[in-house]
Amino acid sequence: MRAIDARGIAALVCLTALALVPVIAAAADAPFYVGLFARVMIFAIAALSLDLILGYGGLVSFGHAAYLGIGAYAVAILSFHGVTNGFVHFAAALAAAAVAALVIGIVSLRTSGVYFIMITLAFGQMVYYLGISLNQYGGDDGLSIGRPSDFGGLVDLADPTILYYFVLACLALFLCLGGRAVRSRFGVLLQGVRSNERRMVALGFPVFRYKLAAFVIAGAVCGVAGALFANLTLFVSPGIMHWTRSGEIMMMVILGGIGTLLGPVLGAAVYLLLESVLSRWSEHWQAILGPLLIIVVLFSKSGLMGLIRAPRPPHG
Amino acid sequence: MVEPLLATSGLTKRFGGLVAANDVALGVEPGEIHAVIGPNGAGKTTLIAALAGELRPDAGTIRFAGTDISRLGPARRAALGIARSFQITSIFREFTALDNVALAVQAHAGHSFRFWRPAQGDARLREPARAALAEIGLADRADMPAAALSHGEKRALELAMVLATRPRLLLLDEPTAGMGPADSADIVRLLAGLKGRLAIVLVEHDMDAVFALADRVTVMVYGRIIATGLPEAIRADAQVRRAYLGEEDS
Ligand SMILES: Nc1ncnc2c1ncn2[C@@H]1O[C@H](COP(=O)(O)OP(=O)(O)OP(=O)(O)O)[C@@H](O)[C@H]1O
Ligand SMILES: [Mg+2]
Repeated sequence: MRAIDARGIAALVCLTALALVPVIAAAADAPFYVGLFARVMIFAIAALSLDLILGYGGLVSFGHAAYLGIGAYAVAILSFHGVTNGFVHFAAALAAAAVAALVIGIVSLRTSGVYFIMITLAFGQMVYYLGISLNQYGGDDGLSIGRPSDFGGLVDLADPTILYYFVLACLALFLCLGGRAVRSRFGVLLQGVRSNERRMVALGFPVFRYKLAAFVIAGAVCGVAGALFANLTLFVSPGIMHWTRSGEIMMMVILGGIGTLLGPVLGAAVYLLLESVLSRWSEHWQAILGPLLIIVVLFSKSGLMGLIRAPRPPHG
Repeated sequence: MVEPLLATSGLTKRFGGLVAANDVALGVEPGEIHAVIGPNGAGKTTLIAALAGELRPDAGTIRFAGTDISRLGPARRAALGIARSFQITSIFREFTALDNVALAVQAHAGHSFRFWRPAQGDARLREPARAALAEIGLADRADMPAAALSHGEKRALELAMVLATRPRLLLLDEPTAGMGPADSADIVRLLAGLKGRLAIVLVEHDMDAVFALADRVTVMVYGRIIATGLPEAIRADAQVRRAYLGEEDS
């Protein structure tokens, strides 16, 4: 029980620090950081959703950027057709990503191991090329979004600070829901599948439907991250769905701490901040990131989270 | 006589040219401990896997409690009350002993589309799990990670897990494999205590355990059943002695 409290406190500390970013950025007259950290949090949500299936379920999905792109395109395409309602935007992003995950999951979850990695990668690339082929929506060049999602008078996402706190609220919500879910019967079941799927089946769990449910939930949450991303950049292009983007999200999870909730947040922050700093020095900044990732993984099974705290209890 | 709890007929499983189970007809009565013995490679594990639904047989039918289960997958069969242990211990190594058993209980406690309440605080899972651990003598290991248990304790834990699912038919693939004599005697005592409460198909190489526990014994050689009968009859059977027991004695 004490461990759960410690995790809750760590999450609160993390969220509080993020809440202070706009204040500090304003004081330091560096508004750039508000956008950067909004981006960090959006990718944190994407990485968190991937970690649900990757870290807790042991499903190495290599096409996760597809759902980010589908969520972003849902917002962009609706805006393109004059639909500006934010509730519609986010519902559509979530639903479209969930449906895509359902279809992709039904096919790919019949395989496992390397085949699962390859088939999710292939599906991810299919969605990427689908984006390129959407000539009506800018094809390769992408699509600009006129105005951010409109929530009436409730929240004005055109204001960068309000958008920032909106993203933070989403992250807090998903951290909270995720924290409950991974310790629930469903979450324990997922960890059982990761640990020993054959045993789960022999015990009588119809594992396919649960894995599919986890896959769809992860896709849907990532779709919301995509909708947030569209609001941040007011532009989408197929590049957001490229397989290297899926790789980045996976690196964030592994760097921060696979099978933990705060790990993906930490991983997204470190990854994107390093990118922001190092890319000013050199366009080959990944040559520095690569070795760093290797070092972290070599020294800790659960990434940076493993380095900054004691070994993880079984239902971390 | 009532219909057997489990009855196979013509059960056949081929691996390429090898017939690992050949026209197997096995009947298990309710409450009976039915030992299956045979030399290495006889097809005992293949038979267990076919009964559990992990392997799809090439021919034959399996009836359980009056219904044809031949086409059901392993999870469905487990839900009907067929539980199995593996020849190589199969547990959740990262979980504590108690969490292992609690997950086994969860498998038979309705669906798991429950996302909110913490499973570790759920008395409906924890209480039966603790009881099963205590019954097997692992109560003081409840909070140890399963990976840290001794070999004998791991095998006992797997037994606690399958018992926690309250099966009607238990398929045990060499439950004492690799155990020392003391641990193995504990398991035999435990299984003896289960006698009559549920049916057990017991694959076992330890003949002392077999003859101490079994109500009936089936002998498999090269995928075929060469004899089925009471333990004394099997012990006396010349063909069995030649094919199997004789080798053990020499
Ligand atoms: N998946 C498989 N693919 C190919 N051959 C297999 C497979 N599983 C088992 N066999 C073969 O089928 C035969 C029966 O194997 P099985 O494991 O059922 O024997 P067993 O009676 O359990 O032996 P043991 O006492 O050594 O556990 C063996 O010859 C084995 O090599
Ligand atoms: Mg065997």
